Formats: sequence, C-alpha cells, structure tokens
Amino acid sequence: MSNLLCDFTVGQSGKIKAVLGEGRIRRRLFDMGVTPGAEVTMVKKAPLGDPIEVTIRGYQLTLRKDEAKCVEMEAVK
Amino acid sequence: MRTFALAGNPNCGKTTLFNALTGSTAHVGNWPGVTVDKKEGVYKGGSEKVNIVDLPGIYSLSPYTPEEVIARNFILDEAPDGIINIVDATNLERNLYLTTQLLEMDVPVIIALNMMDEVEKKGDKIDVKELEDKIGVPVVSICALKNNGIKELMERAVSMPETRKGKTIVQGNISGAIEKAESFYAAKEVTSPTFHAMKLLENDELEVDKKENANLLAEISAEYGEDLEAVIADERYKYISAHFTVAKKKSTDKAVLTKSDKIDKVLTHKIWSIPIFLVILFAIFHLTFSENLLYLNGFGDGWMLSLEDLGIEGGLATFVGIFYDGTVYSPGVILFNVMDVITSLIGDGLSLALESAPDWANGLVVDAVWGGIAAVLSFVPQILVLFAFFSILEDTGYMARVAFILDRIFRRFGLSGRAFMPMIMGFGCSIPAMINTRTLADDKERTATIRVIPFFSCGAKLPILTAVAGTLCGSAYLDTAISIGMGAETLTYLMYLVGIIVAIVAVIFMRNTSMKGATPPFIMELPAYHAPGFKNLCLHVWDKLKHYVKKAFTIIFVSTVIIWFLSSFDWSWTWTDDIGSSILGSIGKLIQPIFTPLGFGSQLGKEAGWVFAVAAITGLIAKENVIATFGALAVAVGKAVEGIESEDGIEEVATMINAIRESNPGLTDLQIVAAMISFIVFNMTTIPCFAACATARAELPKGKFKWTVLFWLATSYIASCVIYTSIAWAWCIPIWLVLFAGIGVLIYFNNKGKLEKVKFWKNLKKNKA
Repeated sequence: MSNLLCDFTVGQSGKIKAVLGEGRIRRRLFDMGVTPGAEVTMVKKAPLGDPIEVTIRGYQLTLRKDEAKCVEMEAVK
Repeated sequence: MRTFALAGNPNCGKTTLFNALTGSTAHVGNWPGVTVDKKEGVYKGGSEKVNIVDLPGIYSLSPYTPEEVIARNFILDEAPDGIINIVDATNLERNLYLTTQLLEMDVPVIIALNMMDEVEKKGDKIDVKELEDKIGVPVVSICALKNNGIKELMERAVSMPETRKGKTIVQGNISGAIEKAESFYAAKEVTSPTFHAMKLLENDELEVDKKENANLLAEISAEYGEDLEAVIADERYKYISAHFTVAKKKSTDKAVLTKSDKIDKVLTHKIWSIPIFLVILFAIFHLTFSENLLYLNGFGDGWMLSLEDLGIEGGLATFVGIFYDGTVYSPGVILFNVMDVITSLIGDGLSLALESAPDWANGLVVDAVWGGIAAVLSFVPQILVLFAFFSILEDTGYMARVAFILDRIFRRFGLSGRAFMPMIMGFGCSIPAMINTRTLADDKERTATIRVIPFFSCGAKLPILTAVAGTLCGSAYLDTAISIGMGAETLTYLMYLVGIIVAIVAVIFMRNTSMKGATPPFIMELPAYHAPGFKNLCLHVWDKLKHYVKKAFTIIFVSTVIIWFLSSFDWSWTWTDDIGSSILGSIGKLIQPIFTPLGFGSQLGKEAGWVFAVAAITGLIAKENVIATFGALAVAVGKAVEGIESEDGIEEVATMINAIRESNPGLTDLQIVAAMISFIVFNMTTIPCFAACATARAELPKGKFKWTVLFWLATSYIASCVIYTSIAWAWCIPIWLVLFAGIGVLIYFNNKGKLEKVKFWKNLKKNKA
C-alpha cells in the first residue's frame, strides 16, 4: 500500500522509506535533509490546504503536496 | 593578504558574522554574469589583515540554485586560503550536511559554531572539543550577534595549515566506488579529486555533462547499484547523526513550545493568517505613503485646519508643513517632504545665482541638471522606509511564512508564493519591488515578475489617475460635463484592477510561451522567528539603497537632460520656452498617428491632440510629469492663461479636453471618455519611469532588458487598444474575447504538442525551420 507524505494528517509522524521523483526535486529534497530513514512530523497545512509544513531533522521545512508526493513513508501503526 | 571565504546555510547568521568581521570595509560587487551580490571586506582585528569573501547562503554544493553554483565555483576556481564554515548550533544536523561536502574539497576549513547561546538557553549542550576531535578541523564557538568569539575564530583561522587534503566521511559499501572515481579524477590532475568524485557519484549535472565522466558513472553504477545519489545523501546524514549529535547533550523536556512556535501558531493560523497579513501590509503602506496618519483627520473632509487657516506663514510654515498641513503626515511622507524642501531650496538658490545668465543656461542647470538629481533624490526617502519595513519582515522570518500562506494562489499563474511580495511592493514604487525579486530562485520566474511589476500602479501614477478620473466624473472646468455614470473613486479603483488583470494575463502568457518552465518547486526552510538587529537592518537597507542611487544616477540623469534638451530647443537650435515649437513638440506631432488605434492619436486633431503623444514621452522621466506636461502644453495650444497648476491636475486635464472638443466637433463624449481611459491604461502599462528602467536593467538576466522594453511597449499598446475600442464601440468586445480565447487555445494545444498533428501547423513550422 502506498503511504505518501502528502496524505499525512496534521500531527502525524513517521519514518521516510524512499524518495522518488524527478532529478532536481529529488536532489533538493536530499539536500534539505529529506532522506530515507529520517523522522518527519506534519506540523500544519497552509490556510488554503497547500503547501504543507513539516518538522524534519529539528527544523521546519515547507513543501508542496506535489513534492510531498515524492516522499514514500514507512507504514505506521 | 590571505583570502578566506565565508560559507554556510541561509539564516545561520552568516551576514551578521560578515558584518562583525569586516565592519565598514565591506563593499558590494558582482559575481561574473549573475545578479547575486558579491560582498567582500577586510578583517583588521588580528595580527594579520585578512580578506573576507561572503559566499551566498547555500544548503548544499549541488547546482540547484545559481547561488550554489557561485559558491562551488569560487572555492574550486579561485582557491581561497581557507573556508570559514558558519554553522547554526540550533540546527546542527542540516548545517553539517554542507560541512561534509566542504570537507571533500582540497581547502582548509574552520567551523564557526554560531548561536550557542540559544542552544544553552534551551538547556542543551554541545561539546565543542568533542565535535572538533570527531570532525578533524578546528571548531570555534561564537555569537555573531554579540560579537563573541570572533577574535579567537580568526586567530585559529590564520594559524591553520595552508593546505588540506579533501576527505569524505562517506564510507561503507560504496567506498570502492568512491575510490574508483577518485583515482579517475586524480589521474586527470584536477584539484579536489575527492569532491569531484563524490559529485559524480551524486549524478551531479555539472560532472556528468562530459561523456567520459558519464561513462564512468554508468560503469560504477552497474557494479554498485543504481541509486548512489540516495545512498550518499543517506550516508552523510547517518554519519552526522551517529557521530556529531552525540556531542549534543539533549535536555530532557523537549515538548515545550518555543516562543517561535507560539508566534507561528498565530501568524500562520488557518483563518487569521491572511487577514493578519493584509493588516501588516496595509500598515506598511500607510506608514510610508499616507497623508493622513492613523486617520487622525477622520475619513471625510477632515476637521484639521490647514496652516493657512492657522495663520502660520513663511519659514515656520515650511518647517511645520513637513509634518502637518491640515492633516498629519506619515513617517514616509515626512521624509519625502524633508527631501523636497531641501532640493527645492537648492533649486531656488541655483536659479537665483543664475538670474543674470541666459535663459537656456538657467534652464540647463536648474531644470535639467538639478532637476534630474532632485528626481533621483525624491524617490529615496520612501524607498528607504519601504525597504526598512520589508527588511524587518525578511529578517524576522515572516516573509518565508507569507510565501507559505500565498503559494497556493500564485501557483495558478505559474509563479511561487515568493513572487507576491515584490508585486505588492510595486503599488508603492517599482524600484524596491524589482530589487526584491532577488528572493526568487528561478530566473524565468524572476524575469516574468520584474516585467509585470510596473503594472501594479505605483504612487507616481496615481496623479494621472486622479486627475483624469476627476475630470471625467463631473468637473466644473469642463465646458459641458461628461456623464459616465460612476464616481471618480470607482473609476480609479477600476483602473487599478485593470492593471492587476493585465499583469495576471501577461504572466500567464509569458509562463506559457517565452518564459516557459515548470512551476519552480517550493521546498523551503521556514526559519525560526527572531527579532531583527538594528545594526544589521541599517546595513541591509543601506546596501539596497546604495545600489539604487548608483544605478539611477547615471541613467536618470542622462535621460532627463536629453528630454529637457528636446523640449527646450527647436530645430534651429535656439532656446524656446514653448514646448509646442520645440523638437519634442514636433516629434509628438510626428508620432501622433501611432496612437490612433489607442484613441489619443490623429482623431483628436492636429491642433491639440499631439499633446498626448508628448505627455507619453515626458512620462518616461517620471510619471508625475504627465499631468505637468498638460499644464505646460495648455499654454502652447493657446487655450489657457499662462501657468495653470492646480493641486489635483483636474484643471489641466479639463483644459485639454475642452480644447479637443472645440477643435473636433465630430467626436462624441463616449469616444473622448474611451480615449482618456485608454490614455490612463497606456501610462500604467507602458515603459515605467527611467529610474525603474535602470533598476530593471540591473536586475534582469543579461540580454533580457531590450526584450523587456519591447514587452512593455507591446503590452501597453494592446491593452490600450482593447480598452479604447471596447468602450467606444461595444461590438468590439466579443471580437476581442474571441481573439484572446483563440490565442489561449492555440498556446494550450501548442504546449500539449497537439498542433504538430494538424497538417497546416506542421507545414508552417517546417517552413520556418
């Protein structure tokens, strides 16, 4: 079952399983610390529902749902 | 003198450290070929003077943004004597990611651990000594904001060994792959072979563009697995958390909300964030441009007495008038008035001194030379205030949240949320707005944004609006009133709206044709909020202002003098004070037919109609000139007594309309209204003032400026033509709609590649090729 970061609800957290997506976006995600194994918590959504804000590696990162689609998460209990 | 480069993440206090190191010696230059500022300065605090180069703030050395390419090339090509890597201690993990890449280069590195005080405030501890042992290069704890630890940092920096061999921390399964790539680069005798090797394995655009490199990567990938890029990124972070975070002793209670979190909860609230943002924005514009501070004078006609009513006269009136004249001014307007008083005093002094000189000499010095300088200076105060406010928003971290809030809306137009701020600043003045586009990472997005900024009608265009709207909506100065069925405020408001619509249409058009490109991704750090430092704020504002004054002086100055010359001399090179017979006047008459499709060309008649063509040209110096030109030209067409100069410009515009009606009895009221509204639209969307042009030229990527000028001309011409014909003849509206819809459909199908399938277009494209 696919379990993508973009489908997370506010307050949910989990571990990254894989980062997919096109070269440049993927590179950027890696550079910003979005790598397999990292813990991510969804903090909030923007007033219009998109982009989203997450906590990763101790800082706040914002990305669009389109980019969050590239982040596959490990199944959570 | 040895050169050290300052490298680090954005928002880690790099600028603060740079300012602390270099003080007043800092100067801003340009990196070759790009508009990113290159800041350099000299550190004089130690035994040895050191040259400091401030690299742009970056997260990585992969070529994702122009900043990253600049930083990378500087270290590789210019071979600095060392790198001072500033690391935000509150965010050790992500900051050290860049460090692991810097360490792969053949260059001495020293780490400046910043914001240790904040870490301690939270109750955490970082063992600096341990970190230094593990990382293998000097680590110095500093506090850039309080100037702590800077001396020690520099002492250790200059005593580092002069060379260092690049080393990677990435190990494990792929060390064989790294060795292979390393020996390949080492054989080629490039500098920093380890760095190049790592970048190759990361599938870096700048490394794999050579065939032999790409081949090697393919070979290694076949042996070690496809996804080396992910493995390396993962290894870097794994190594960091395994080795360096142990140096950080976590405090126990982690769940406590920080102050920053609390502020953020309010400012990005689901419902309140947008209203709060609008209020902040309104407050900024109010404090910069309002002539009725905090609405102390009420909303209607006001109850405050003018200086005349109070019986204040002479020098005292000039002084008090800076702050108050029947209404209390905002700080921005007060500064504007101060500048105005100073420049007009100097102007008066100059013309007094030249009283006995010939008219042309007086005109040259007072109107052209001093007039040009005064025009540049007159923009300074309000730009300064606007810059200061926006710098505060930037420094506190709020600007990133604004992008976060608004991104959803802007994506529809193919822009990111960050494009909003520059656009909205355009309502104040295009110049700071264009400079502010530097926050946009994507070059195409930036170009498109700079091009539409003038359509957000600036403060100087407002007088044209109020004068024309005031005249059309029932002016006592007209021989017979024109009825257009709406108030002047409504018309003004509608005109602002037209500007915004033109901007949106133009952006969508550009993003689908010449400025095509995927919507830039939006992956951005939201930095923690912090109070802005006063000293930094001043330096920030001064930096931007200096840029403007330097660029503006040359171009505005030269063009102002040229226009003055054209409007003050006739073809026999004799001085004239009648613009009608000047070179400019005859140019106006010559180009008049060009404006016929826009409604203010030949159909307004030979006698007075050319005035609009001249006003369009003088508007290039400053949009305030448009109405002033009407005043001067009313005399020239013989329809007014000398020297009408009403406060709101209504009298000038009315005089022109009267003259046109008198000489062209065939024109209907509707046509005149259509022509006047078209004239407003033209001025709003055409080439902005010279000052804005100079800024656009400096900010745009190379070679884009002449296309931008052409774009402005084309847009204003089309927009005015559409407006004029649609108002004058309602049956034109469906024709335009069909035409635009047709163009939209064509572009859509072209982008989808569907046109290729239609024979006619296929042949057309072939023929072109």
